[in-house]
Amino acid sequence: MGGFFKSSIGRKIAMALSAFFLMFFLIIHLAVNITSLFSEDVFNELSHFMGTNPLVQFALQPVLIFGVVFHFVMGFVLELKNKKANGVAYAKNNGAANSTWMSRNMIYSGLVILAFIVLHFIDFWFPEINTKYIQGDMSGMHDGNFRYFHELQHKFLNPARVAAYVVAFILLALHLLHGFTSAFQSVGATAGRKKTLQTFGKVYSIVIPLGFIIIALYHHLNH
Amino acid sequence: MNLTLKIWRQKDSDTKGQMVDYKVTDISEHMSFLEMMDVLNEQLVNAGEEPVAFDHDCREGICGMCSMYINGEAHGPDRGITTCQLHMRMFKDGDTITIEPFRAAAFPVIKDLVVDRTAFERIQQAGGYISVNTSGNTQDANAIPISKHAADEAMDAATCIGCGACVATCKNSSAMLFVGAKVSQYALLPQGQVEAADRVKNMVAQMDLEGFGNCTNTGACEVECPKGISLDNIARMNRELMKANIS
Repeated sequence: MGGFFKSSIGRKIAMALSAFFLMFFLIIHLAVNITSLFSEDVFNELSHFMGTNPLVQFALQPVLIFGVVFHFVMGFVLELKNKKANGVAYAKNNGAANSTWMSRNMIYSGLVILAFIVLHFIDFWFPEINTKYIQGDMSGMHDGNFRYFHELQHKFLNPARVAAYVVAFILLALHLLHGFTSAFQSVGATAGRKKTLQTFGKVYSIVIPLGFIIIALYHHLNH
Repeated sequence: MNLTLKIWRQKDSDTKGQMVDYKVTDISEHMSFLEMMDVLNEQLVNAGEEPVAFDHDCREGICGMCSMYINGEAHGPDRGITTCQLHMRMFKDGDTITIEPFRAAAFPVIKDLVVDRTAFERIQQAGGYISVNTSGNTQDANAIPISKHAADEAMDAATCIGCGACVATCKNSSAMLFVGAKVSQYALLPQGQVEAADRVKNMVAQMDLEGFGNCTNTGACEVECPKGISLDNIARMNRELMKANIS
């Protein structure tokens, strides 16, 4: 089985499996964040649960970080291997004649998403780790109230940050528009299911990033 | 029609190549692209110059030898054809046409537009066959019932002529459409089952060894394939490889 994941097809299947995991994570993340549009209390409760539950913190979180790192590292490895397989570049190459922009530029949309994840970690994850595990404050409280909702609102005050988030989510949508069906194709899903998969993939690829964009804009405009 | 041709010229595999401009005049729109190349070569020979080397054989769209990358597309702007079936009516008077060899590290240029595609043959030799005893007691192939659906799908996969357009057009220089078709044509038939696991493992291993890239499912290969080989064959090959590694 070790040899399988060293083969070109094994690597693309591994890439697809990590993509499935990350796409599932996006649904969970959006489901939690979307509550901030309707109820401060529900958002605070859910955030506190996710931030303090040992299973989430010490089992799911490391798996998620591994999944993200694996997807990016494997993406770069495959890109470098593919560049090596190319040989001399064409003087004229009309890629648009036979494939979508999204499919040809996964590495670039991926790099924007990577830059966004760094920003997102600086914005939310590092301060959270600092508060909980370095300062040792697991209460989730500030001045007698849950701090999560107010921290979220505070982050989206800055229009530059909101703009960066919106751009990143548009690139995420473009990445998913190819990546969703590509992952299914990699694990062997074909013809009969294709149409349904394509439709579901398009809906997923637009709805998920749009949800995150709405959240960022809502908190920017409603503070 | 009168045309300007920008053609890749390369003396041999060890020499660096370059694009060279040529003019051809009075080209009929009814000519095939290769006939237009013949006119150019006649012109070059008459002028005492070296003709442009290009592969061609049957000129009936079935041998898969004509390996040209024309105006940024494998076999040119038309669909479902090889270069010999591309006609000059696809171009306009005064056009500039860029003609390059198929590009991939695994397809080194031999001369001008001729590339070495023996990597495909080595992949075939790694498992693209079935072993049949020819002792005189060989069973008639038609004695084994095969569903119409499976027979049709196997036949569709078997129409791959191994021209290499899939590799040439793929941004990753991946050979997975070719290998997928060759794996599929046997995987779909009862005769192919005996060696199925070894076949897919060995052919994929050889494909990787030859230095082809990794498929990212852009679908460009399917669009440019002269025989319309479907991406479903790549998915089937992936399933076959998973199955071979699990069982």
